[in-house]
Amino acid sequence: MSDVALRMEHIYKKFRKGETYNSLRDLLPAMTGKMFRAQELNADDKREFWALQDMSFEVKHGQALAIIGRNGAGKSTALKILSRIMKPTKGRMIVNGRLSALIEVTAGFHPDLTGMENIFLHGTILGMSKREIQSKLDQIIAFSGIEEFINTPVKRYSSGMYARLGFAVAAHVDPEVLVVDEVLSVGDYVFQQRCMDRIRSIIKSGTTVLFVSHNLKSVTEVCDRALLLEHGKTVMIDDTDVVIRKYLNTGPTVDTPQENKPVYISNVKVRGHDRERTSFESGQTAWVDVEITARERVEKVAVVIWLRDETQYEIFNTSTERLGCAPITLQPGQSYRCSFELTLNVAHGTFGLCVGIHRYDLQKSYDKQVPATLLFIGSTMAVRGAVNCFPKIVEQGLCDAEAGERPVYIDQPTQRS
Amino acid sequence: MKEELKALYKYRELLYMIAYRDIRVRYKQSIMGFFWAILMPILIVMSGVVVRYAYALATHAPLKTSDIASVAIKSVPWAFVVSSIRFTCNSLTGNRDLVVKVYFPKEIFPMAAVLACLFDFFVAYAALVVLLIFMKIGTSIYLLWVPVLLCTLVLLCMGIGMLVSAASLFFRDVKYIVEVFLTFGIFFTPVLYDVSMLGSRGKWLLLNPIAPLLEGLNTAIAHHQSPDVHWYLYSLGFSLVVFSSGFVLFKDLEPAFAESI
Repeated sequence: MSDVALRMEHIYKKFRKGETYNSLRDLLPAMTGKMFRAQELNADDKREFWALQDMSFEVKHGQALAIIGRNGAGKSTALKILSRIMKPTKGRMIVNGRLSALIEVTAGFHPDLTGMENIFLHGTILGMSKREIQSKLDQIIAFSGIEEFINTPVKRYSSGMYARLGFAVAAHVDPEVLVVDEVLSVGDYVFQQRCMDRIRSIIKSGTTVLFVSHNLKSVTEVCDRALLLEHGKTVMIDDTDVVIRKYLNTGPTVDTPQENKPVYISNVKVRGHDRERTSFESGQTAWVDVEITARERVEKVAVVIWLRDETQYEIFNTSTERLGCAPITLQPGQSYRCSFELTLNVAHGTFGLCVGIHRYDLQKSYDKQVPATLLFIGSTMAVRGAVNCFPKIVEQGLCDAEAGERPVYIDQPTQRS
Repeated sequence: MKEELKALYKYRELLYMIAYRDIRVRYKQSIMGFFWAILMPILIVMSGVVVRYAYALATHAPLKTSDIASVAIKSVPWAFVVSSIRFTCNSLTGNRDLVVKVYFPKEIFPMAAVLACLFDFFVAYAALVVLLIFMKIGTSIYLLWVPVLLCTLVLLCMGIGMLVSAASLFFRDVKYIVEVFLTFGIFFTPVLYDVSMLGSRGKWLLLNPIAPLLEGLNTAIAHHQSPDVHWYLYSLGFSLVVFSSGFVLFKDLEPAFAESI
């Protein structure tokens, strides 16, 4: 067996737009009609579109590849072709080993059966043998966290419980190739964390993983390589960081044409202590220079900057107004410049620095760039999340329960450099 | 086809599991439970009694217990044929999520539907055995024909099932056409009557591949004789052709299921 686990070679997939005939009642008249009107056949060709075009990639055993792209880019189609649910129009693919897909984790459930029965049903559907399920039963139930309700029909479950049980079964299939499609959007954050941990441990055990998610944070955590899809075409395959940079940069930055705005952002620059840069170490200081220019007279405006993490969640926001500057009034043709000093107490990752011009009371937005630029934060510290609290362990040791409520500290930790 | 049958064998546990699910859900949902399995056969037997009584009046021949027994013997498998074809017809469209989202050999759905109906059939047959003992029909060596005939019937139903399930996935109105055939099929199949009642022209009815199987069951169980081997071989050949062509066609269309459903 070669070391290639997955290979797609020039895969094309064509779909039809619009209504197709799905009853004989419609089809038969249409067919007889077509015999007399040959030109209609041409109209059919126009309704076709390519969901995937010339997709080629290769994943070696034990590697993890992410596929990222906007809605409708063809990610799910690619996964469906890989998991053999759909046949490609053209092209060849190779899958070495048992493939399991975490695509729709509750697809196999029947609402009238109990949780226990559904574990067996869903497990067999996903390709496990009865004996295999039996041996993993306790683990699956423990993972789902719904021991109490395991003998209740799943139609009485909340949607969260439903999804948790589905994921619990799917996560115990032990495949050689695992395909994960956007399943982490279910459950509360505790369960999501548990899912991520499970996926990480599956990868560590040497399973090949193909990962699709809009959550770029989990993509960076799981995969070292990524493939960027746009309208069915492969834009690039490279290191995850590089691909995410490209993906975020291709997004829409300007919402309306510049010409219509009474005041617009004319320049945004990010500097370090020495020169212009966008890569920083966690904890360093950055200066953000913003220049705005007015076309018409504008009164009482403020410059707003904010930071977004990879999930587009706003983690920081400030403005000239809030930092104590007086509202700005500009005459036509006038420019205004300000410089923000930021201490980047953020964790390792890619952040979008966004800039906007608002009226001082936030009632009106004149211009914004989302993101104006990306900041790449590196860190040598082993922290995860959005912020860096610069953690240190100052005391640690075993507790002596008999000595009272306070733990007894046996030793001071040795500082790791 | 050999490769595909091998793949199907690999997934046999899933086949049982889906059949088990169908049975379990059916018996859970209906309060009548097992009564459901014998409802249709009972109604067929009752209508058979009416037909036989009318026939007896017309021919001035007395109505015998064996006549009633033969109607009962044939109506249970007929009920199986009707319900399994009706059930397979919706087996793909009713499992949309699984067809679209998970990969496995999809012929499992129509096959599991037939197996689930086979369970109903056995329940009804158990009731029939009680009835036959009560009627003092007795046993003979020819009862060994029963499993052979039943296997052929299951094969035929699975073949038809694969054809209609795939057809109704692409054309939603197929199920109405199937329904019409199932409603009037009983008049073209010797269930309420015996082929012998139609004299020499009755032979034509045996061209219906289900007819020799039902007649065979009747001959073996009620009359303690061997069924007509030639007509049985005709049914067997027919069933094999339907099954294999159904299987090949189903497998041919399978890749298009996910996008057409």
